[in-house]
Amino acid sequence: MLASRALSLAGKRALSTAVCLRGGHAGVAKIDSYALPTYIDERDTPLPDICYVQNLSPDQVSLKEKEKGSWAALSNEEKIALYHISFNQSYAEMTQGSAEWKTVCGGVFFFIGLTALVLFWQRKYVYGPVPHTFDPEYKAKELQRMLDMKVNQVQGLASKWDYENKQWKK
Amino acid sequence: MSLPKPMMRGLLAKRLRFHLPLAFALSLFAAGIVKFGVTEPRKRAYEEFYKHYDPVKDFEEMREAGIFESVGPSKE
Repeated sequence: MLASRALSLAGKRALSTAVCLRGGHAGVAKIDSYALPTYIDERDTPLPDICYVQNLSPDQVSLKEKEKGSWAALSNEEKIALYHISFNQSYAEMTQGSAEWKTVCGGVFFFIGLTALVLFWQRKYVYGPVPHTFDPEYKAKELQRMLDMKVNQVQGLASKWDYENKQWKK
Repeated sequence: MSLPKPMMRGLLAKRLRFHLPLAFALSLFAAGIVKFGVTEPRKRAYEEFYKHYDPVKDFEEMREAGIFESVGPSKE
């Protein structure tokens, strides 16, 4: 129990399990670092699981002692130093934008263009010919039939055709 | 540090006071554009079309063009 309390800086839950395990066995269950709580600068996590600085320098230790007294006695620099013990980047720093979007957009457009070249090659060398229904004469006959049926004669196709003069309306 | 204390509460309410009426106004405006730009002209177009529409003449024209399977072109 004393051992787990001494190691409380690095996260109570994971280590106390290891310390308890130590009691009855020859070896110690080693906790991998990725299983321990981590520090993260994230906009929606204002209070990360652990402090940023885990191993305090002697200056920082004395500063932490001074923090236990009256806070009005701390200078502005000391307050900032205390902040940077607990946190890495301030909100202003972590949320500032970058110019990365230009690279991303450039990369996206470049690869879309590359894909277009691949598709051109594919259309020319992989696909077979289109069906005969795409021939211009066949398409003309299709269109004539649609006009004969008066497709969409109110606002659509047939409404744009001049039936007396057999041409598109001007 | 003698910074003023930042806004701690009411942030959503403040945003909504501006954006909610704006959202309503823009939606109504969009609906208005659709109504007067699309549906009203379409109603008038149909009204105009059916004012002088003769279905029998229409049918005869289609019949002469030979698109029907039940009737062929008139045998004259």
